[in-house]
Amino acid sequence: MSETQDRQMDLLRFATAGSVDDGKSTLIGRLLLDSKAIFEDQLEAVEATSANRGYDYTDLALLTDGLRSEREQGITIDVAYRYFATPNRKFIIADTPGHVQYTRNMVTGASTADLGLVLVDARQGLTEQSHRHAVILSLLRVPHLVLAVNKMDLVDFSEEVFEKIHAEFVQFATKLNIPDLTVIPISALQGDNVVTRSENMPWYSGPTLMHHLEHVHVASDRDLIDARFPVQYVVRPKSDEFHDYRGYAGQVAGGVLKPGDEVVVLPSGMTSKISKIDLFDKEIDEAFPPMSVTVSLEDDVDVSRGDMIARVKNAPQPSQDIDAMVCWMTTTPLKPRQKLAIKHTTRTARALVKDIQYRLDVNTLHRDQETKELGVNEIGRVQLRTTVPLLCDPYSKNRTTGSFILIDESTGITVGAGMINSGS
Amino acid sequence: MTQTHSDYRLSQLDQLEAESIHIFREVAAEFEKPVLMFSGGKDSIVMLRLAEKAFYPAKIPFPILQVDTGLDFPEVMETRDNWVNRLGVNLVVASIDDAIANGIIPDAAKVSRNRLQIPTLLNAIEENGFTAAFGGGRRDEEKARAKERVYSHRDEFGQWDPKNQRPELWSLYNGRLHEGEHMRIFPISNWTELDVWDYIGREGIEIPSIYFAHQRRVFERDGMLMSETPLNPTREGEVVEERTVRFRTCGDITLTGCVESTAATIEEIIEEVAIAKKTERGATRGDDRFSEAAMEDRKKEGYF
Repeated sequence: MSETQDRQMDLLRFATAGSVDDGKSTLIGRLLLDSKAIFEDQLEAVEATSANRGYDYTDLALLTDGLRSEREQGITIDVAYRYFATPNRKFIIADTPGHVQYTRNMVTGASTADLGLVLVDARQGLTEQSHRHAVILSLLRVPHLVLAVNKMDLVDFSEEVFEKIHAEFVQFATKLNIPDLTVIPISALQGDNVVTRSENMPWYSGPTLMHHLEHVHVASDRDLIDARFPVQYVVRPKSDEFHDYRGYAGQVAGGVLKPGDEVVVLPSGMTSKISKIDLFDKEIDEAFPPMSVTVSLEDDVDVSRGDMIARVKNAPQPSQDIDAMVCWMTTTPLKPRQKLAIKHTTRTARALVKDIQYRLDVNTLHRDQETKELGVNEIGRVQLRTTVPLLCDPYSKNRTTGSFILIDESTGITVGAGMINSGS
Repeated sequence: MTQTHSDYRLSQLDQLEAESIHIFREVAAEFEKPVLMFSGGKDSIVMLRLAEKAFYPAKIPFPILQVDTGLDFPEVMETRDNWVNRLGVNLVVASIDDAIANGIIPDAAKVSRNRLQIPTLLNAIEENGFTAAFGGGRRDEEKARAKERVYSHRDEFGQWDPKNQRPELWSLYNGRLHEGEHMRIFPISNWTELDVWDYIGREGIEIPSIYFAHQRRVFERDGMLMSETPLNPTREGEVVEERTVRFRTCGDITLTGCVESTAATIEEIIEEVAIAKKTERGATRGDDRFSEAAMEDRKKEGYF
């Protein structure tokens, strides 16, 4: 029964990117409409608002611009999350705006994405924006990238135009880390190659966008080799029935954990064996990402929140010196000697900015070593010294143990996002 | 879950569950005094189930808070009591009637009770010193909700500022607060209405009987079917008749409409929801009809 009700669907998270008038809202509107994720009352509301404003057509962007101020200005301010499903897969779209506060929103949306969807206008070809999108998706290690060449209807569905953009992008992408690239010619407005194959582009033999989203293989994108279990919460029932129960609750961040595994608890370095793994009231044979489970150990070792359980011969490096790419998200610049709070897995500490090595120009990939600070929406390579050791892996190996956020201690605001190159 | 996973894949429902449990544990570990806001509807019941799983075999390490409008469905209150008893959790009730009697909020005569939930809730949060309040809001419910973070910061007046939200990256949630501020936490943000029903079916969770098709005396108002009750007197021209209906949401009895339906089991409800042409709120919630931004405006004031 659980199989059919669960429908055994899997999940794909994707982030959209694109500049203002490249038809992103239209594309999202169409994906939602064609997969029946838009309801009559929502559509009626949008039609009524469009008519009230004297538009010639129904503005699907009104579906996605959820805030009063967004509708007033006709722009998207902030990341929004949207949902649709086909019979085999559920999709979560991180819909990131193409406007000003752009990089930090893209970074936010891309941080959890399995796939990045970059839209370009076929008439314009690749722009600075398209390069920037690709660079950010590559930095954030989004494993799959789709370049959707939109508005093909406005270039007479020309194969030549498409191939030129395709070739240019492939050339640019060689400088980046993009393991899987798919380029699709579409017309979001007319629906060509979005859900149904386009009769206007017989020269294109690849998948439609929806077909690609439904079939792209994401299960192998996780690290199933290096066991990582950040301890989140210690479960101590203090009841008669579970008097001696002491379980370590958390979400598996990498690898596969099994009862009987010899493990090390970091940073103490104490070793023990996994005695059992509980998933609610069931004992299970193995746990892997992203399962939230409770692990018990054979020995009564001291384990608390912020510690990490790993394999004895395959453990992360405890380090107080962190080298990372940081995306700065607030208007007050990041400067050397600054002190911030840092949150990495379940561990929170304080960090001192020792050096800003360079600022990355996300348009040209140029490394500016002259400027010793990072402004809002800028990305750079930063050296940090932390008050306690972080149990880290390179971001390229593990997006969970390789990432952190920086918090301004006076305002409490999240001001930076970091991707670890290495600890030393 | 007990079989060996040859390909180490989790179904999307298992992924959502794992993510929600992670959020519950994170809040319990980092916040001084969390509370779970509980309306008795399907979303808050799924939340209770997730909280139960997150801390098992220990009990849920925080109380639950219900805003008693005095206009709640009796079936919903009954289910609430069953859950509270089974889990052994501490129930805090913030009553609008008491708040009026104590002069904390204005007399309800002119203002709808739906709006009075806001100051009642905020007052309860303040009085009890809660620093984090879990809510069952989902981003698919409403377009203002689609913009909200899992950790939704509220200032000392309980207000939400959509333009000043903290970026939320990976699963690294930022729970920093200043004195008097609190955080609203939405562990099932990424769930859809259908996910909630799938989960209720899979877990065999007890929900209020009014979600299932039953005979009820109803009348039409503003295109919705409302229950006949002394709390909600009919107006001129409104005709009461008995129909076979069920509810898609559980709110204030005077504002929550039902839909005609013969779906009497979870399986039938799932089938019905899967092909529904209207959103649950659009179909049955009077409180969202005041303006295009009704939800956003209420949230800014402190609604959940």
